[in-house]
Amino acid sequence: MQEFLQQVINGIAWGGVYALIALGYTMVYGVLRLINFAHGDVYMFGAFMAFYASMWIGPRVTGVGGVVLVILFAILASVALGVVIERFAYRPVRHHPRLTALITAIGVSLLLENGGQQVFGADPQPFPSLFGSAEPIQIGGLIIVRSIVYILVCTTALLLLLQYIVMYTRFGKAMRAISQDPTAAALMGINIDNVITATFALGSALAAAAGLLVASYNPQIDPYMGLLPGLKAFAAAVVGGIGSIPGAVIGGLVLGLAEVFVGASAYGDWREAIAFALLIVILLVKPSGLLGTGIVEKV
Amino acid sequence: MSFLQVDNLVTRYGAITALQGVSLRVEEGEIVTLIGANGAGKTTLLRTLSGILRPATGAITFRGENITPWQTDRIVRAGIVQSPEGRLVFRGMSVRENLQLGAYTRRDRDEIAKDMGHVFELFPRLKERLNQSAGTLSGGEQQMLAIGRALMSRPKLLMLDEPSLGLAPLLVREIFRIVEEINREGVTVLLVEQNARQALAIAHRGYVLQTGQVVMEDTAAALAQNEVVRKAYLGG
Repeated sequence: MQEFLQQVINGIAWGGVYALIALGYTMVYGVLRLINFAHGDVYMFGAFMAFYASMWIGPRVTGVGGVVLVILFAILASVALGVVIERFAYRPVRHHPRLTALITAIGVSLLLENGGQQVFGADPQPFPSLFGSAEPIQIGGLIIVRSIVYILVCTTALLLLLQYIVMYTRFGKAMRAISQDPTAAALMGINIDNVITATFALGSALAAAAGLLVASYNPQIDPYMGLLPGLKAFAAAVVGGIGSIPGAVIGGLVLGLAEVFVGASAYGDWREAIAFALLIVILLVKPSGLLGTGIVEKV
Repeated sequence: MSFLQVDNLVTRYGAITALQGVSLRVEEGEIVTLIGANGAGKTTLLRTLSGILRPATGAITFRGENITPWQTDRIVRAGIVQSPEGRLVFRGMSVRENLQLGAYTRRDRDEIAKDMGHVFELFPRLKERLNQSAGTLSGGEQQMLAIGRALMSRPKLLMLDEPSLGLAPLLVREIFRIVEEINREGVTVLLVEQNARQALAIAHRGYVLQTGQVVMEDTAAALAQNEVVRKAYLGG
Protein backbone atom coordinates (compact mmCIF):
# COMPACT_ATOMS: atom_id res chain seq x y z
CA MET A 1 0.00 0.00 0.00
CA GLN A 2 2.77 2.41 0.96
CA GLU A 3 4.69 1.48 -2.11
CA PHE A 4 1.57 2.15 -4.14
CA LEU A 5 0.97 5.59 -2.58
CA GLN A 6 4.57 6.52 -3.08
CA GLN A 7 4.30 5.63 -6.74
CA VAL A 8 1.10 7.63 -7.07
CA ILE A 9 2.86 10.67 -5.62
CA ASN A 10 5.76 10.22 -8.02
CA GLY A 11 3.35 9.78 -10.89
CA ILE A 12 1.50 12.97 -10.05
CA ALA A 13 4.76 14.89 -9.74
CA TRP A 14 6.01 13.73 -13.14
CA GLY A 15 2.55 14.23 -14.54
CA GLY A 16 2.66 17.81 -13.31
CA VAL A 17 5.94 18.36 -15.11
CA TYR A 18 4.53 16.93 -18.35
CA ALA A 19 1.46 19.08 -17.87
CA LEU A 20 3.58 22.24 -17.58
CA ILE A 21 5.28 21.46 -20.87
CA ALA A 22 2.12 20.18 -22.56
CA LEU A 23 0.35 23.44 -21.75
CA GLY A 24 2.82 25.32 -23.93
CA TYR A 25 2.05 23.05 -26.88
CA THR A 26 -1.67 23.25 -26.40
CA MET A 27 -1.88 27.02 -25.86
CA VAL A 28 0.22 27.77 -28.92
CA TYR A 29 -1.82 25.28 -30.92
CA GLY A 30 -4.95 27.06 -29.70
CA VAL A 31 -3.95 30.47 -31.02
CA LEU A 32 -1.89 29.47 -34.06
CA ARG A 33 -2.88 25.91 -35.00
CA LEU A 34 0.84 25.20 -34.92
CA ILE A 35 2.72 22.42 -33.16
CA ASN A 36 5.72 24.27 -31.78
CA PHE A 37 8.31 21.51 -31.92
CA ALA A 38 10.94 23.85 -30.49
CA HIS A 39 9.03 23.96 -27.22
CA GLY A 40 11.01 21.11 -25.61
CA ASP A 41 14.19 23.02 -26.35
CA VAL A 42 12.92 26.03 -24.45
CA TYR A 43 12.66 23.66 -21.49
CA MET A 44 16.33 22.75 -22.00
CA PHE A 45 17.23 26.42 -22.39
CA GLY A 46 15.54 27.23 -19.08
CA ALA A 47 17.68 24.65 -17.29
CA PHE A 48 20.88 26.00 -18.87
CA MET A 49 20.00 29.58 -18.02
CA ALA A 50 19.53 28.55 -14.40
CA PHE A 51 22.86 26.73 -14.54
CA TYR A 52 24.73 29.81 -15.76
CA ALA A 53 22.80 32.18 -13.54
CA SER A 54 23.61 30.18 -10.45
CA MET A 55 27.32 30.14 -11.38
CA TRP A 56 27.23 33.92 -11.48
CA ILE A 57 24.67 34.75 -8.82
CA GLY A 58 25.49 31.89 -6.44
CA PRO A 59 28.75 33.36 -5.08
CA ARG A 60 27.28 36.87 -4.92
CA VAL A 61 23.81 36.45 -3.45
CA THR A 62 23.32 33.73 -0.88
CA GLY A 63 20.22 32.18 0.60
CA VAL A 64 16.70 32.20 -0.71
CA GLY A 65 17.19 35.55 -2.48
CA GLY A 66 19.85 34.02 -4.69
CA VAL A 67 17.67 31.06 -5.63
CA VAL A 68 14.78 33.35 -6.48
CA LEU A 69 17.06 35.47 -8.67
CA VAL A 70 18.35 32.38 -10.47
CA ILE A 71 14.82 31.15 -11.13
CA LEU A 72 13.62 34.56 -12.27
CA PHE A 73 16.56 34.98 -14.61
CA ALA A 74 16.08 31.51 -16.13
CA ILE A 75 12.37 32.10 -16.67
CA LEU A 76 12.79 35.58 -18.13
CA ALA A 77 15.56 34.41 -20.47
CA SER A 78 13.34 31.57 -21.69
CA VAL A 79 10.41 33.94 -22.15
CA ALA A 80 12.69 36.11 -24.28
CA LEU A 81 13.72 33.06 -26.33
CA GLY A 82 10.09 32.03 -26.87
CA VAL A 83 9.14 35.53 -27.97
CA VAL A 84 12.11 35.75 -30.34
CA ILE A 85 11.25 32.35 -31.87
CA GLU A 86 7.67 33.48 -32.50
CA ARG A 87 8.65 36.85 -33.88
CA PHE A 88 11.43 35.77 -36.22
CA ALA A 89 10.64 32.16 -37.10
CA TYR A 90 6.86 31.71 -36.98
CA ARG A 91 5.40 35.14 -37.70
CA PRO A 92 6.97 35.42 -41.17
CA VAL A 93 5.35 32.11 -42.20
CA ARG A 94 2.03 32.62 -40.42
CA HIS A 95 0.04 33.09 -43.59
CA HIS A 96 1.79 30.32 -45.44
CA PRO A 97 0.50 26.74 -45.58
CA ARG A 98 0.57 25.01 -42.21
CA LEU A 99 3.18 22.53 -43.37
CA THR A 100 5.63 25.40 -43.84
CA ALA A 101 5.18 26.45 -40.22
CA LEU A 102 5.54 22.87 -39.02
CA ILE A 103 8.81 22.39 -40.89
CA THR A 104 9.99 25.75 -39.56
CA ALA A 105 9.26 24.52 -36.03
CA ILE A 106 11.34 21.38 -36.58
CA GLY A 107 14.10 23.57 -37.99
CA VAL A 108 14.06 25.85 -34.95
CA SER A 109 14.23 22.80 -32.71
CA LEU A 110 17.27 21.44 -34.54
CA LEU A 111 18.88 24.87 -34.45
CA LEU A 112 18.45 25.14 -30.69
CA GLU A 113 19.73 21.63 -30.05
CA ASN A 114 22.78 21.94 -32.26
CA GLY A 115 23.33 25.57 -31.37
CA GLY A 116 23.10 24.52 -27.73
CA GLN A 117 25.80 21.97 -28.35
CA GLN A 118 28.06 24.67 -29.76
CA VAL A 119 27.38 27.22 -27.05
CA PHE A 120 26.82 25.09 -23.95
CA GLY A 121 29.04 22.17 -24.99
CA ALA A 122 27.94 18.62 -25.68
CA ASP A 123 28.96 17.19 -22.29
CA PRO A 124 26.37 16.97 -19.55
CA GLN A 125 26.76 19.67 -16.91
CA PRO A 126 26.10 19.17 -13.21
CA PHE A 127 23.04 21.16 -12.23
CA PRO A 128 23.39 23.02 -8.92
CA SER A 129 21.12 22.02 -6.08
CA LEU A 130 18.83 25.03 -5.95
CA PHE A 131 16.70 23.76 -3.14
CA GLY A 132 19.39 22.88 -0.61
CA SER A 133 19.31 19.65 1.35
CA ALA A 134 18.61 16.47 -0.55
CA GLU A 135 17.30 14.70 2.57
CA PRO A 136 14.07 12.88 1.78
CA ILE A 137 10.96 13.98 3.62
CA GLN A 138 8.99 11.56 5.75
CA ILE A 139 5.24 11.91 5.97
CA GLY A 140 3.64 9.13 7.97
CA GLY A 141 5.22 6.01 6.57
CA LEU A 142 5.95 7.63 3.20
CA ILE A 143 9.44 8.65 2.24
CA ILE A 144 9.43 11.25 -0.47
CA VAL A 145 12.45 12.64 -2.24
CA ARG A 146 12.69 16.34 -1.45
CA SER A 147 12.81 17.52 -5.03
CA ILE A 148 9.62 15.57 -5.75
CA VAL A 149 7.97 17.63 -3.03
CA TYR A 150 9.22 20.82 -4.67
CA ILE A 151 7.96 19.61 -8.02
CA LEU A 152 4.52 18.91 -6.55
CA VAL A 153 4.28 22.26 -4.79
CA CYS A 154 5.57 24.31 -7.71
CA THR A 155 3.52 22.61 -10.42
CA THR A 156 0.36 22.88 -8.34
CA ALA A 157 0.97 26.59 -7.73
CA LEU A 158 1.78 27.22 -11.40
CA LEU A 159 -1.26 25.31 -12.64
CA LEU A 160 -3.54 27.29 -10.31
CA LEU A 161 -1.94 30.53 -11.43
CA LEU A 162 -2.38 29.53 -15.06
CA GLN A 163 -6.01 28.61 -14.46
CA TYR A 164 -6.55 32.08 -13.03
CA ILE A 165 -4.78 33.78 -15.95
CA VAL A 166 -6.67 31.83 -18.59
CA MET A 167 -10.11 32.09 -17.03
CA TYR A 168 -10.21 35.53 -15.48
CA THR A 169 -7.68 37.91 -16.98
CA ARG A 170 -8.19 40.05 -20.05
CA PHE A 171 -5.29 38.28 -21.76
CA GLY A 172 -6.68 34.85 -20.89
CA LYS A 173 -10.05 35.68 -22.34
CA ALA A 174 -8.44 37.07 -25.46
CA MET A 175 -6.39 33.91 -25.85
CA ARG A 176 -9.47 31.71 -25.55
CA ALA A 177 -11.36 33.95 -27.95
CA ILE A 178 -8.62 33.63 -30.57
CA SER A 179 -8.50 29.87 -30.24
CA GLN A 180 -12.26 29.70 -30.81
CA ASP A 181 -12.50 32.14 -33.68
CA PRO A 182 -9.62 34.40 -34.72
CA THR A 183 -11.78 36.55 -37.00
CA ALA A 184 -14.39 37.22 -34.33
CA ALA A 185 -11.59 37.89 -31.84
CA ALA A 186 -10.10 40.51 -34.14
CA LEU A 187 -13.53 42.09 -34.48
CA MET A 188 -13.58 42.55 -30.69
CA GLY A 189 -10.54 44.81 -31.05
CA ILE A 190 -8.10 42.17 -29.83
CA ASN A 191 -4.61 42.68 -31.21
CA ILE A 192 -3.92 39.13 -32.37
CA ASP A 193 -0.15 39.59 -32.70
CA ASN A 194 0.21 40.76 -29.12
CA VAL A 195 -1.82 37.89 -27.74
CA ILE A 196 0.18 35.35 -29.74
CA THR A 197 3.42 36.85 -28.41
CA ALA A 198 2.09 36.72 -24.86
CA THR A 199 1.02 33.10 -25.38
CA PHE A 200 4.55 32.14 -26.38
CA ALA A 201 5.88 34.04 -23.37
CA LEU A 202 3.57 32.23 -20.99
CA GLY A 203 4.24 28.79 -22.50
CA SER A 204 7.99 29.40 -22.40
CA ALA A 205 7.85 30.44 -18.75
CA LEU A 206 6.09 27.19 -17.87
CA ALA A 207 8.56 25.15 -19.90
CA ALA A 208 11.50 26.84 -18.19
CA ALA A 209 9.95 26.15 -14.79
CA ALA A 210 9.58 22.50 -15.78
CA GLY A 211 13.20 22.41 -16.94
CA LEU A 212 14.40 23.80 -13.61
CA LEU A 213 12.34 21.39 -11.58
CA VAL A 214 13.45 18.33 -13.51
CA ALA A 215 17.07 19.42 -13.44
CA SER A 216 16.91 19.86 -9.69
CA TYR A 217 15.69 16.26 -9.43
CA ASN A 218 18.05 14.78 -11.95
CA PRO A 219 21.00 17.18 -11.82
CA GLN A 220 22.54 16.58 -15.22
CA ILE A 221 21.73 18.84 -18.10
CA ASP A 222 22.70 18.67 -21.75
CA PRO A 223 21.51 20.36 -24.95
CA TYR A 224 19.38 17.37 -25.95
CA MET A 225 17.59 17.03 -22.63
CA GLY A 226 14.47 18.71 -24.04
CA LEU A 227 14.00 16.30 -26.93
CA LEU A 228 12.34 13.35 -25.21
CA PRO A 229 10.35 15.26 -22.55
CA GLY A 230 9.19 17.60 -25.33
CA LEU A 231 7.93 14.74 -27.49
CA LYS A 232 6.31 13.05 -24.51
CA ALA A 233 4.59 16.23 -23.39
CA PHE A 234 3.39 16.71 -26.96
CA ALA A 235 1.93 13.21 -26.79
CA ALA A 236 0.30 14.15 -23.47
CA ALA A 237 -1.22 17.26 -25.04
CA VAL A 238 -2.68 15.18 -27.88
CA VAL A 239 -3.93 12.53 -25.47
CA GLY A 240 -5.71 15.21 -23.45
CA GLY A 241 -7.01 16.92 -26.58
CA ILE A 242 -4.71 19.39 -28.32
CA GLY A 243 -5.94 22.93 -27.84
CA SER A 244 -7.68 22.06 -24.57
CA ILE A 245 -6.02 23.51 -21.48
CA PRO A 246 -7.60 21.15 -18.94
CA GLY A 247 -6.84 18.40 -21.47
CA ALA A 248 -3.13 19.16 -21.30
CA VAL A 249 -3.17 18.83 -17.52
CA ILE A 250 -5.10 15.57 -17.62
CA GLY A 251 -2.96 14.20 -20.45
CA GLY A 252 0.15 15.08 -18.45
CA LEU A 253 -1.13 13.38 -15.31
CA VAL A 254 -2.22 10.27 -17.22
CA LEU A 255 1.22 10.05 -18.78
CA GLY A 256 3.06 10.65 -15.49
CA LEU A 257 1.11 7.96 -13.68
CA ALA A 258 1.37 5.52 -16.58
CA GLU A 259 5.15 5.97 -16.75
CA VAL A 260 5.66 5.45 -13.04
CA PHE A 261 3.50 2.34 -12.90
CA VAL A 262 4.95 0.81 -16.04
CA GLY A 263 8.40 1.64 -14.68
CA ALA A 264 7.66 -0.15 -11.42
CA SER A 265 6.15 -3.18 -13.14
CA ALA A 266 7.76 -6.17 -14.75
CA TYR A 267 7.70 -4.27 -18.03
CA GLY A 268 9.87 -1.45 -16.65
CA ASP A 269 11.90 -1.28 -19.86
CA TRP A 270 8.85 0.10 -21.64
CA ARG A 271 8.66 3.18 -19.47
CA GLU A 272 10.03 5.51 -22.13
CA ALA A 273 7.69 4.11 -24.76
CA ILE A 274 4.43 4.37 -22.91
CA ALA A 275 3.84 7.99 -23.96
CA PHE A 276 3.86 6.99 -27.60
CA ALA A 277 1.77 3.90 -26.98
CA LEU A 278 -0.83 6.14 -25.34
CA LEU A 279 -0.59 8.50 -28.30
CA ILE A 280 -1.25 5.71 -30.78
CA VAL A 281 -4.14 4.30 -28.74
CA ILE A 282 -5.85 7.69 -28.39
CA LEU A 283 -5.42 8.45 -32.09
CA LEU A 284 -7.11 5.15 -32.89
CA VAL A 285 -9.89 5.39 -30.32
CA LYS A 286 -10.63 9.09 -29.91
CA PRO A 287 -8.47 11.21 -32.23
CA SER A 288 -9.71 14.48 -30.72
CA GLY A 289 -8.25 13.47 -27.36
CA LEU A 290 -9.83 12.88 -23.97
CA LEU A 291 -11.24 16.41 -23.64
CA GLY A 292 -11.05 17.45 -27.28
CA THR A 293 -14.31 18.41 -28.90
CA GLY A 294 -13.21 17.66 -32.42
CA ILE A 295 -12.74 20.33 -35.02
CA VAL A 296 -15.88 21.75 -36.53
CA GLU A 297 -15.02 22.53 -40.10
CA LYS A 298 -17.10 25.34 -41.45
CA VAL A 299 -18.78 24.78 -44.78
CA MET B 1 -16.60 65.26 -45.25
CA SER B 2 -18.98 62.48 -44.31
CA PHE B 3 -18.85 60.44 -41.11
CA LEU B 4 -17.82 57.39 -43.12
CA GLN B 5 -16.75 57.80 -46.69
CA VAL B 6 -15.81 54.95 -48.99
CA ASP B 7 -14.20 55.82 -52.31
CA ASN B 8 -13.73 53.43 -55.19
CA LEU B 9 -13.06 50.41 -53.03
CA VAL B 10 -11.74 47.36 -54.87
CA THR B 11 -11.33 44.09 -52.96
CA ARG B 12 -10.18 40.85 -54.52
CA TYR B 13 -10.15 37.22 -53.46
CA GLY B 14 -7.38 35.84 -55.60
CA ALA B 15 -8.61 36.17 -59.16
CA ILE B 16 -12.14 37.18 -58.18
CA THR B 17 -12.86 40.87 -57.80
CA ALA B 18 -15.61 40.97 -55.17
CA LEU B 19 -15.82 44.75 -54.91
CA GLN B 20 -15.40 46.59 -58.19
CA GLY B 21 -15.01 50.18 -57.09
CA VAL B 22 -17.63 50.77 -54.43
CA SER B 23 -18.26 54.33 -53.24
CA LEU B 24 -20.71 55.26 -50.53
CA ARG B 25 -21.10 57.50 -47.53
CA VAL B 26 -22.75 57.31 -44.13
CA GLU B 27 -23.63 60.46 -42.20
CA GLU B 28 -23.55 60.66 -38.43
CA GLY B 29 -26.81 59.50 -36.84
CA GLU B 30 -28.12 57.72 -39.93
CA ILE B 31 -29.24 54.19 -40.55
CA VAL B 32 -27.93 53.32 -43.98
CA THR B 33 -28.84 50.00 -45.48
CA LEU B 34 -27.04 48.02 -48.08
CA ILE B 35 -29.25 45.63 -49.97
CA GLY B 36 -28.37 43.14 -52.64
CA ALA B 37 -28.53 39.50 -53.56
CA ASN B 38 -26.27 36.76 -52.27
CA GLY B 39 -22.75 37.27 -53.57
CA ALA B 40 -23.26 40.96 -54.37
CA GLY B 41 -20.33 41.83 -52.11
CA LYS B 42 -22.13 43.08 -49.02
CA THR B 43 -20.19 40.98 -46.53
CA THR B 44 -16.96 41.61 -48.41
CA LEU B 45 -17.56 45.33 -48.03
CA LEU B 46 -18.09 45.08 -44.28
CA ARG B 47 -15.05 42.86 -43.88
CA THR B 48 -12.98 45.35 -45.82
CA LEU B 49 -14.27 48.21 -43.68
CA SER B 50 -13.27 46.27 -40.57
CA GLY B 51 -9.76 45.62 -41.89
CA ILE B 52 -10.18 41.85 -42.12
CA LEU B 53 -9.78 42.04 -45.87
CA ARG B 54 -7.34 44.41 -47.51
CA PRO B 55 -8.60 46.47 -50.43
CA ALA B 56 -6.48 46.47 -53.59
CA THR B 57 -7.28 50.12 -54.22
CA GLY B 58 -9.60 52.77 -52.89
CA ALA B 59 -9.93 54.66 -49.65
CA ILE B 60 -11.93 54.45 -46.44
CA THR B 61 -12.23 57.67 -44.46
CA PHE B 62 -13.77 57.72 -41.00
CA ARG B 63 -14.36 61.04 -39.24
CA GLY B 64 -11.81 62.71 -41.47
CA GLU B 65 -9.07 60.10 -41.03
CA ASN B 66 -7.83 57.75 -43.71
CA ILE B 67 -8.22 54.36 -42.02
CA THR B 68 -7.63 52.21 -45.11
CA PRO B 69 -4.33 50.69 -43.93
CA TRP B 70 -5.35 50.26 -40.28
CA GLN B 71 -5.42 46.90 -38.50
CA THR B 72 -8.74 45.58 -37.27
CA ASP B 73 -8.07 46.29 -33.59
CA ARG B 74 -7.29 49.93 -34.33
CA ILE B 75 -10.46 50.27 -36.42
CA VAL B 76 -12.50 48.85 -33.54
CA ARG B 77 -10.84 51.29 -31.15
CA ALA B 78 -11.75 54.12 -33.49
CA GLY B 79 -15.40 53.08 -33.14
CA ILE B 80 -16.25 50.96 -36.19
CA VAL B 81 -17.61 47.69 -34.89
CA GLN B 82 -19.55 44.92 -36.56
CA SER B 83 -21.87 42.13 -35.66
CA PRO B 84 -20.63 39.72 -38.31
CA GLU B 85 -22.45 37.44 -40.69
CA GLY B 86 -23.14 34.10 -39.02
CA ARG B 87 -22.93 35.87 -35.63
CA LEU B 88 -19.57 34.30 -34.75
CA VAL B 89 -20.28 34.23 -31.03
CA PHE B 90 -17.65 32.49 -28.93
CA ARG B 91 -19.55 29.26 -28.54
CA GLY B 92 -17.43 27.75 -25.79
CA MET B 93 -17.64 30.86 -23.63
CA SER B 94 -20.48 32.10 -21.48
CA VAL B 95 -22.84 34.89 -22.46
CA ARG B 96 -21.16 37.06 -19.85
CA GLU B 97 -17.69 36.37 -21.26
CA ASN B 98 -18.89 37.12 -24.77
CA LEU B 99 -20.17 40.49 -23.63
CA GLN B 100 -16.96 41.16 -21.71
CA LEU B 101 -14.97 40.44 -24.86
CA GLY B 102 -17.15 42.96 -26.66
CA ALA B 103 -15.80 45.54 -24.22
CA TYR B 104 -12.22 44.36 -24.76
CA THR B 105 -10.97 47.76 -25.91
CA ARG B 106 -12.31 49.48 -22.82
CA ARG B 107 -10.92 49.78 -19.28
CA ASP B 108 -13.70 51.70 -17.52
CA ARG B 109 -15.15 48.91 -15.36
CA ASP B 110 -18.08 50.84 -13.97
CA GLU B 111 -19.20 52.06 -17.35
CA ILE B 112 -18.81 48.56 -18.79
CA ALA B 113 -21.08 47.19 -16.06
CA LYS B 114 -23.59 49.92 -16.86
CA ASP B 115 -23.50 49.11 -20.57
CA MET B 116 -24.00 45.43 -19.82
CA GLY B 117 -27.09 46.43 -17.88
CA HIS B 118 -28.25 48.36 -20.91
CA VAL B 119 -27.73 45.36 -23.18
CA PHE B 120 -29.94 43.36 -20.80
CA GLU B 121 -32.62 46.04 -21.09
CA LEU B 122 -32.52 45.65 -24.86
CA PHE B 123 -32.29 41.85 -24.73
CA PRO B 124 -33.73 40.55 -21.44
CA ARG B 125 -33.27 37.00 -22.71
CA LEU B 126 -29.49 37.38 -22.48
CA LYS B 127 -29.68 38.15 -18.79
CA GLU B 128 -31.48 34.87 -18.16
CA ARG B 129 -28.75 33.04 -20.05
CA LEU B 130 -25.84 34.92 -18.50
CA ASN B 131 -23.82 31.91 -17.38
CA GLN B 132 -24.81 29.60 -20.18
CA SER B 133 -22.26 28.94 -22.90
CA ALA B 134 -23.09 30.79 -26.09
CA GLY B 135 -23.12 27.59 -28.14
CA THR B 136 -26.24 26.43 -26.30
CA LEU B 137 -28.27 29.51 -27.27
CA SER B 138 -30.90 29.45 -29.99
CA GLY B 139 -30.18 31.22 -33.28
CA GLY B 140 -32.18 34.26 -32.26
CA GLU B 141 -30.46 34.48 -28.90
CA GLN B 142 -27.07 34.19 -30.57
CA GLN B 143 -28.02 37.07 -32.85
CA MET B 144 -29.00 39.14 -29.81
CA LEU B 145 -25.69 38.25 -28.20
CA ALA B 146 -23.74 39.24 -31.31
CA ILE B 147 -25.46 42.64 -31.41
CA GLY B 148 -25.14 43.11 -27.65
CA ARG B 149 -21.47 42.17 -27.83
CA ALA B 150 -20.88 44.75 -30.54
CA LEU B 151 -22.66 47.40 -28.45
CA MET B 152 -20.39 46.69 -25.49
CA SER B 153 -17.56 48.50 -27.26
CA ARG B 154 -19.65 51.68 -27.45
CA PRO B 155 -19.42 51.86 -31.22
CA LYS B 156 -19.73 55.09 -33.12
CA LEU B 157 -20.61 53.17 -36.27
CA LEU B 158 -22.34 49.84 -35.79
CA MET B 159 -22.30 47.55 -38.81
CA LEU B 160 -24.80 44.71 -38.79
CA ASP B 161 -24.37 41.88 -41.26
CA GLU B 162 -27.66 40.08 -41.93
CA PRO B 163 -29.05 40.33 -38.41
CA SER B 164 -32.34 38.76 -39.51
CA LEU B 165 -30.86 35.71 -41.23
CA GLY B 166 -32.53 32.48 -40.21
CA LEU B 167 -34.80 34.03 -37.59
CA ALA B 168 -38.54 33.59 -37.15
CA PRO B 169 -40.61 36.54 -38.47
CA LEU B 170 -41.62 37.69 -35.00
CA LEU B 171 -38.01 37.78 -33.91
CA VAL B 172 -36.99 39.61 -37.08
CA ARG B 173 -39.38 42.44 -36.27
CA GLU B 174 -38.03 42.52 -32.73
CA ILE B 175 -34.44 42.78 -33.94
CA PHE B 176 -35.29 45.61 -36.36
CA ARG B 177 -37.15 47.45 -33.62
CA ILE B 178 -34.06 47.23 -31.42
CA VAL B 179 -31.80 48.43 -34.23
CA GLU B 180 -34.00 51.51 -34.49
CA GLU B 181 -33.78 52.00 -30.76
CA ILE B 182 -29.98 51.72 -30.79
CA ASN B 183 -29.92 54.32 -33.55
CA ARG B 184 -32.14 56.67 -31.58
CA GLU B 185 -29.64 56.43 -28.75
CA GLY B 186 -27.10 58.02 -31.07
CA VAL B 187 -25.33 55.10 -32.79
CA THR B 188 -24.87 55.38 -36.53
CA VAL B 189 -25.84 52.12 -38.24
CA LEU B 190 -24.76 50.48 -41.47
CA LEU B 191 -27.18 47.63 -42.02
CA VAL B 192 -26.56 44.86 -44.51
CA GLU B 193 -29.71 42.89 -45.27
CA GLN B 194 -31.34 40.51 -47.66
CA ASN B 195 -34.62 41.31 -45.98
CA ALA B 196 -34.88 44.52 -47.97
CA ARG B 197 -38.44 45.34 -47.01
CA GLN B 198 -37.74 45.56 -43.28
CA ALA B 199 -34.35 47.19 -43.80
CA LEU B 200 -35.80 49.95 -45.98
CA ALA B 201 -38.58 50.47 -43.45
CA ILE B 202 -36.18 51.55 -40.72
CA ALA B 203 -33.32 53.07 -42.77
CA HIS B 204 -32.85 56.68 -43.78
CA ARG B 205 -30.97 55.92 -46.97
CA GLY B 206 -30.01 52.87 -48.91
CA TYR B 207 -27.64 51.49 -51.51
CA VAL B 208 -28.25 48.61 -53.85
CA LEU B 209 -25.20 46.46 -54.46
CA GLN B 210 -24.98 44.20 -57.47
CA THR B 211 -21.96 42.08 -58.44
CA GLY B 212 -19.61 44.28 -56.48
CA GLN B 213 -20.93 47.63 -57.66
CA VAL B 214 -23.35 50.20 -56.31
CA VAL B 215 -26.14 50.29 -58.89
CA MET B 216 -28.59 52.50 -57.03
CA GLU B 217 -28.54 54.99 -54.20
CA ASP B 218 -31.45 56.93 -52.72
CA THR B 219 -33.48 57.64 -49.62
CA ALA B 220 -34.95 54.47 -48.17
CA ALA B 221 -38.47 55.65 -48.90
CA ALA B 222 -37.66 56.27 -52.57
CA LEU B 223 -35.93 52.90 -52.92
CA ALA B 224 -38.92 51.14 -51.40
CA GLN B 225 -41.09 52.72 -54.10
CA ASN B 226 -38.64 52.12 -56.93
CA GLU B 227 -39.98 49.72 -59.55
CA VAL B 228 -36.67 47.91 -60.14
CA VAL B 229 -35.99 47.46 -56.43
CA ARG B 230 -39.54 46.24 -55.86
CA LYS B 231 -39.20 43.62 -58.57
CA ALA B 232 -35.74 42.43 -57.66
CA TYR B 233 -35.64 42.67 -53.87
CA LEU B 234 -39.14 43.11 -52.50
CA GLY B 235 -40.84 40.27 -54.33
CA GLY B 236 -42.85 42.51 -56.69
